[in-house]
Amino acid sequence: MDSTQASGFEELPHTADWALRAWALDLEGLFAESARGMIALSGAQPAAGPRLERTFRSRAHDPESLLVRFLTELVYAADEERLAFDRFKVHLNGDLLEVQMSGAPLQSLTKVIKAVTYHNLQIRATQRGFEVEIVFDV
Amino acid sequence: MIRLQDLTLIHPHEWEIPQSFRADMRGPVRIFATRALLEQVLGDQSLEQAVNAATLPGLVGAVVVMPDMHQGYGFPIGGVAATAFPQGVVSPGAIGYDINCGVRLLASGVEADAARDDLSDLATRLDRYCPSGVGRAGVVEVNLPELDRILREGARWAQKKGYASENDLARTEEGGCLDGARLEKVSERAHKRGRDQLGSLGAGNHFIEVDRVEAIYDPAAAAAYGLREGCLAVQIHCGSRGLGHQVCTDYVEAFQDAVRRYGIELPDRELVCAPMDSPEGQAYLGAMRAAANFAFANRQLLAHSARRAFEETFAGQHRGWQLVQVYDICHNMGKVETHLVDGAAVKVCVHRKGATRAFGPGAPGLPPEYRKTGQPVLVPGSMGTASWVLAGTETSMSVAWGSCCHGAGRTMSRARAKHEIHGEALRAELEHDGIRVRAGSLPGLAEEAPSAYKDVDAVVETVVAAGIARKVARLRPVAVVKG
Repeated sequence: MDSTQASGFEELPHTADWALRAWALDLEGLFAESARGMIALSGAQPAAGPRLERTFRSRAHDPESLLVRFLTELVYAADEERLAFDRFKVHLNGDLLEVQMSGAPLQSLTKVIKAVTYHNLQIRATQRGFEVEIVFDV
Repeated sequence: MIRLQDLTLIHPHEWEIPQSFRADMRGPVRIFATRALLEQVLGDQSLEQAVNAATLPGLVGAVVVMPDMHQGYGFPIGGVAATAFPQGVVSPGAIGYDINCGVRLLASGVEADAARDDLSDLATRLDRYCPSGVGRAGVVEVNLPELDRILREGARWAQKKGYASENDLARTEEGGCLDGARLEKVSERAHKRGRDQLGSLGAGNHFIEVDRVEAIYDPAAAAAYGLREGCLAVQIHCGSRGLGHQVCTDYVEAFQDAVRRYGIELPDRELVCAPMDSPEGQAYLGAMRAAANFAFANRQLLAHSARRAFEETFAGQHRGWQLVQVYDICHNMGKVETHLVDGAAVKVCVHRKGATRAFGPGAPGLPPEYRKTGQPVLVPGSMGTASWVLAGTETSMSVAWGSCCHGAGRTMSRARAKHEIHGEALRAELEHDGIRVRAGSLPGLAEEAPSAYKDVDAVVETVVAAGIARKVARLRPVAVVKG
C-alpha cells in the first residue's frame, strides 16, 4: 500500500501476532480503512451473488473503543456467521458510531483473527488527517 | 525502550528490572534468560510489557518472565504475575484470548523405527480425524444445554460420553475441570461460537505432532511418566477456540468501564482489570473457568481422535499402540493458588500467559505417581526441531510462582516469515528430514517455520540452569498436522 495516498493501510511487523497501520483524512475514513486492512490480512472474500446489508451501531466514551467494537463485529461475522463485509458507510456523531455494511456469505478465509486488541491503541491526529496502529491476536 | 544496562544480573540466569525503574511499578520484574536470549527481545516490546504488567493493582512479589518470552499485546508472552486474592485484580488480557490454550502429551509403546512405513498413513488419519484449519468445525456438534454441561464439567463431560478414561482426568491439570464456572456469565455469542467447534484444532500455531522419544535424561521420572526411548508419543496443542476468544473479548470490553469505576490507572488498555471480589471480577472468573473447561474437553476429544488414528494404523501390527496420557497442561490461565511469600502461605491469582504451571515434588493436586517427580512440564519446539518433557521443581515454586516456559518462543514476525519462507519449500525440507507434514495452508505453514522460533534447546538449558525445571526426555518430530 502506498503511504503517500490520502487513505490506506499497511501491515506492520509484530513478533507473534499481526499489526496494522491505517490512515485517512477523517475518522470515518479511518474506520473504513482499518476494516479493509483487517479484511485484507485475513483474506476474507465475499462470495459473488446477492448482497447482504446490515447496520452496526455502538456508543462509547472514545473513538478507540468504537473502532475495536466495529472490527470485533466483523471478526464475529466471519467466524460464527460465515459472512464477509467489504463495503462500509461510516457515520460518527459524537459518541455514536453507525456503519452501514454490505457483504455476502464468506467464500474464503485464509487467517483466523482471534481478537482485536486495545494494545497501545491510540487514534492520532496527523497533518493529513488521522492514523492508528492496531494489533490483532492471531 | 529498555536497554541491557537497565537490568541487573541477580543470578547466573536471572535478571531483574527493579521496582524503582518506573514510578508506577508495584513490584520488580524477574527474567529467566541468558544474555543471548535477552538480547533477542531488546528490539521488541517484551520487557516494556513486563514492566507494564508490574503495575497491576494488588501485585504480589515479582512479575516473572520466561526465556521463551516475546512481545504480545498488553502482557508479554512468557509472563507470570500473581495478584493478592481476593482484593487484587484479575486481568483478562494477562491470560489471553485463547483461554486455557495448552498442551497434552500421550505416550505409546510403538517403536518408531519399526513403524516408519506406517507413519504417513498415521499422519493422514490424524489429519482426517482431527479437523484443523480456518473455520473447520469440530467432530461433535452440541445443543446449548449440552454445551453448558461441557462448560461446567470440562473433561469430566467427555468421560461420561466415553471419550476419556479415569487416568486421562487424573493426568490433566485440575482433573480437567475448574470449579466455579458460571455459565450465565458466558455471553450468547460465546455460546454460539462453541456449539460446533468441539474436537477441532483450529489454525495458527496449533498442531498435533507425532514424536519419537529421542533421549531420556531422568529414567525414574520418564518411567513414572510412561515415556520409553525410541517409542512414539503425541502432542496436542490447542485451546478454547472461538468460545474462549469471545469470552476474553467480552470482558476486555466490559473492563474498559470497570477500570474507570474502580479508579484503576494502567499504562495499556489491554491490561484492563477488575478486583477479584468485585461483581465484574467474579463474572470474568466464572466465564473464564467455563471457557477453560471447554478447552479441557476440546483437547480430550482431540486425544480420542488421535487414539482412533493410532488404533486403525497400528492395532494388530505393533504392540503398545494404545496411547496413555502423560499429562495435559494449561499455558494461558488464571488460577487461584497458594504460594509461600516471605515464609507465609498466601492465596494469589496466578496469571500465566504463554507460561506453563510447573509444580514441584509434593505439590498438592498432582497424581500420586508424579508426587515424587514433580509434574510433567511440556515444552513443544517448532515443528522441525525437538520438544522437551521437563519436571517441575521446588525452586520453581519458590522463585517462579510454580511456573516454567511453554515453548521455544517466536523471534521472527509472521509478516517476515511469510515473505522469506515458502510453504512448499518448507514442506519439502521437513519431509526430507523425515517429518510427514499435513498442512491446511502452505502460507500458514511458512508462518510457523522452525526458523521463526528461538532455539528451544537454549530455552530449556536456561530453565534447567536456573533450577525451575529438570530434564526428563527429548522428543523429535516424525509427523505434524497443522491447520
